[in-house]
Amino acid sequence: MSEDIIALIKENVIQGRKTADDEGIDDTLSGTPGVEELTRSALEQNIPPDRLITQGLTAGMQVVGEKFSTKEYFIPDMLAAADAVGAAMDILKPYLETSNVETKGKFAIATVKGDIHDIGKNIVAILLKGAGYEVTDLGVDVSTEKIVQYVKEQEPDYLGLSALLTTTMVVMGEVIEALKSNSLRDKVKVLIGGAAVSEQYAEEIGADAYCIDGFHAIQVLDSFQGAKT
Amino acid sequence: MPREGVLVQSPYKRLSTEQVRQIHDASVQLLRDPGLMCYNRRAAEIFHSNGAEVSSITPSDSPCWHVRIPEKMVSQALESAPKTVKLGARNKDNTLILNGDEPRVFFVSGSETNIWLDVDIETYAKKSDPGTEILVPEFRPRRGTLMDLCDSAHVCEHLETLDAYIRTVNIQDKDITPDNKDVNKFFASLNNTTKHFMAGLTTLSQLDNVVNMAKLIVGGEQELKDNPIISFITCLVKSPLQFVDDTTETLIEICLRGLPTVVSSSPQAGSTAPMKEDGIMAQINAEVLAGITLSQLVNPGTPVIYGSVPVRARLDTLGDSYGAPETSQFNVDCVQLARFYRLPCYATSGVCDAKTPGMQCSVERLFSDILVTLSGPQYLHCAYGLLDGNSTFCLLQAVLDDAHFEMLKFFLRPPRIDQSEIEKTLKQIREVVATPQKLYIRYIRPMMRSGQLSAPYPFEGDGERDAAILLAYNRMKELLQKPVEHLDEATTARIFNEIPGILPRLNVYA
Amino acid sequence: MGDSLLDLIVQNVTQGRASQDDEGLEEGWEGQPGVTELVQKALDAGVTAEDIINKGLTAGMVIVGEKFESKEYYIPDMLAAAEAVGAAMQILEPHLAKSGMKAKGKVLMATVKGDLHDIGKNIVSILLRGAGYTVKDLGNDVDTRSIVDAVREERPQFLGLSALLTSTMVQMGEVINELRETGLRDSIKVIVGGAPVSEEFARSIGADGYGADGFAAVRLVESLGPSQQ
Repeated sequence: MSEDIIALIKENVIQGRKTADDEGIDDTLSGTPGVEELTRSALEQNIPPDRLITQGLTAGMQVVGEKFSTKEYFIPDMLAAADAVGAAMDILKPYLETSNVETKGKFAIATVKGDIHDIGKNIVAILLKGAGYEVTDLGVDVSTEKIVQYVKEQEPDYLGLSALLTTTMVVMGEVIEALKSNSLRDKVKVLIGGAAVSEQYAEEIGADAYCIDGFHAIQVLDSFQGAKT
Repeated sequence: MPREGVLVQSPYKRLSTEQVRQIHDASVQLLRDPGLMCYNRRAAEIFHSNGAEVSSITPSDSPCWHVRIPEKMVSQALESAPKTVKLGARNKDNTLILNGDEPRVFFVSGSETNIWLDVDIETYAKKSDPGTEILVPEFRPRRGTLMDLCDSAHVCEHLETLDAYIRTVNIQDKDITPDNKDVNKFFASLNNTTKHFMAGLTTLSQLDNVVNMAKLIVGGEQELKDNPIISFITCLVKSPLQFVDDTTETLIEICLRGLPTVVSSSPQAGSTAPMKEDGIMAQINAEVLAGITLSQLVNPGTPVIYGSVPVRARLDTLGDSYGAPETSQFNVDCVQLARFYRLPCYATSGVCDAKTPGMQCSVERLFSDILVTLSGPQYLHCAYGLLDGNSTFCLLQAVLDDAHFEMLKFFLRPPRIDQSEIEKTLKQIREVVATPQKLYIRYIRPMMRSGQLSAPYPFEGDGERDAAILLAYNRMKELLQKPVEHLDEATTARIFNEIPGILPRLNVYA
Repeated sequence: MGDSLLDLIVQNVTQGRASQDDEGLEEGWEGQPGVTELVQKALDAGVTAEDIINKGLTAGMVIVGEKFESKEYYIPDMLAAAEAVGAAMQILEPHLAKSGMKAKGKVLMATVKGDLHDIGKNIVSILLRGAGYTVKDLGNDVDTRSIVDAVREERPQFLGLSALLTSTMVQMGEVINELRETGLRDSIKVIVGGAPVSEEFARSIGADGYGADGFAAVRLVESLGPSQQ
């Protein structure tokens, strides 16, 4: 029984079905429970959260990743799956604290002051959450002070900064300077992204990495993980 | 005499009258439910005091109001918005009259790109025969500068089909700051073109400096009203259905000054709007109508242009796919909606996914240029020189585009079928048929010289090899050498004296 | 009187007006006499055929040639002028013997058996007439026997053969072979032209020359002649 529900979770991740209302890719599962409902049922059946994650959610995402790299899946499929996994992780969060499962780390993301573009930032947040990171979205047009204060209080492992405009990307540099003057710079890895930003610009302002897109952000964070262990 | 543009005799329609009505009704419903999230206090107050249902949304990090716009408010705005908008120019022969009831198309440059694509022509030797050399264009991207903007305005001044200039490059010099960007952008452009100039505003505090600059050029406030040589683009609605704070504030201030502005929205089908045509159309139309309604509440009768920049998402990167046929479909739909409201329409075409001039670029550009032009928008942002979505501008491509619009304009000339001429033509046919050679060649001559025949492609190579890019490169160099009419010395001096922040290197008299 | 008539002939040649019905290039000529009417008038007024040709027709064609070189004139202008000169030459022919002036030569033109394409051949005919040659056009789809018979009877200095198709161009070689067998080959120069034909093909079948277009054909004929003593 527990094997069945874990397999169903995996199947529904592959279909990108968050809830029973979702169509999925080909409508075959319409009306049946989605990842959210299945995760709740699994918890009620006392299936250990770490098994749900590794054999259900992560295993499903792995298949999605393979389908994406063979071009069977496109970004919308990837996002839907990541969104479903993220929702399941929210449900699992209280249980993870009591079990000994570790998340991949805390990631905070913000679009900097003066910039209200958030599509890119939102996609990164969904994908990283789906990849198993604990994601906090600080929103758009976030002041440098607010970002610094958050880093000080919540101690995220990673900070993602987004800007679409050439006029606002300079604010990213200001955030990094402010982290330095508050002696927080060594405590957090700073990643930047957005249309106007480049590898070269990341180096210029002293960021730890530049991410071209959401998938690249996952790779970059995972590479930091590798370096940590 | 204003510019002629090109009149589309029978505009191409994609939607039936019934479907246009259905989209309109759907938009009206969206404006009521869910309405718009409004992050601008003044706009929320204006809507509220005029009878819209406005409620504050809490909790939220930034102040936000929920605005539900009733149908009557929209229809009143559509009543008071002018059906004809005049866009002036330093040279009055470059004036544009945009009439919502007349499908006369004007071709315009833009958007503001971060990357400027330099072109060099390099010589390569053939490996197996080093004596054989060929010329190959090489493209080098770099960040755009103020002087690039001058060059772009300069060349666009000389492109014959280009009717108005929208700034093509984002100026990213080290000494450009948010506080001096607008004055430099406007001065660099106005000093290098006598055509109408349109741009977005970076910093609201610079609006008066920019407007005062325009007043100095035309001679005063009333003169600027009569001949608005500048206009603005405001994308105040962020999709889906959100009034953003700063651009909404900018729109309000521009409307209070009575200057023409495009009220535009740029949803991406698939990410910020539904992928289905009915969905993105209902949403973009609601977004534009919301902006137009605000403009008319602020200042009834202020000139506005229905602005549409819909685009479809790419599936591999979720970036914009301007080359996709759906993007052209959406644009044609918007042109029809604007015509339904009898408002002048700013539509988009020619934006492509290709990264350099060449075959992909030409195919993508022409596909949308031809289709959207045929639908008859009054103000077509057909993006001379634009590459790689909205991110790159290449002057050489702008020169190529000019030639293509020349052909498109020629195609749109009215048919030459005239009862009074037919007798003469029949006589000609009878004469030729009676000769031993049976050739009409000699009769071409009067047409050939009266401009009735189209010119050959201007960038056709001489030999076996195509040379379009090389020849366009030469043409671009020629146009850069050809002088433009700068602002006169006295006006320049006054502008430098009275408008703060303009960089000295823009002064051609210094 | 004679001089002003010759001037008018020059002008009307440059305008490409064969008769009074022609519009010409510029406004204001319609209804006035064209080249053919003017030549008749000049003959009536006692001007010699030699003067009409040299000081009228040829002088006009020289100007047309210059304007063509400088790209002021296009092919249609050249053809119209050549047509006007050709029509005038027909009127002058009987008078040439009288004036003791010899014709530039006679050209026989034909599109070979099996081929109905005659645009190129017609243009060459017009241009050769305009250059002062007497042209006899045998038409298209002309069988080898008819061509050889015509050469025997008409005794032309030149034979122009035209073909548009690869399947019919072989006929050109047969015509040349037939001319050889009947002992006529040495009495004429044979030139060939048409889309599939090339310099190399001309050599392979033993023709005297290949003309890429009408102008090349005229140059070729000029360079091969004068074959009459």
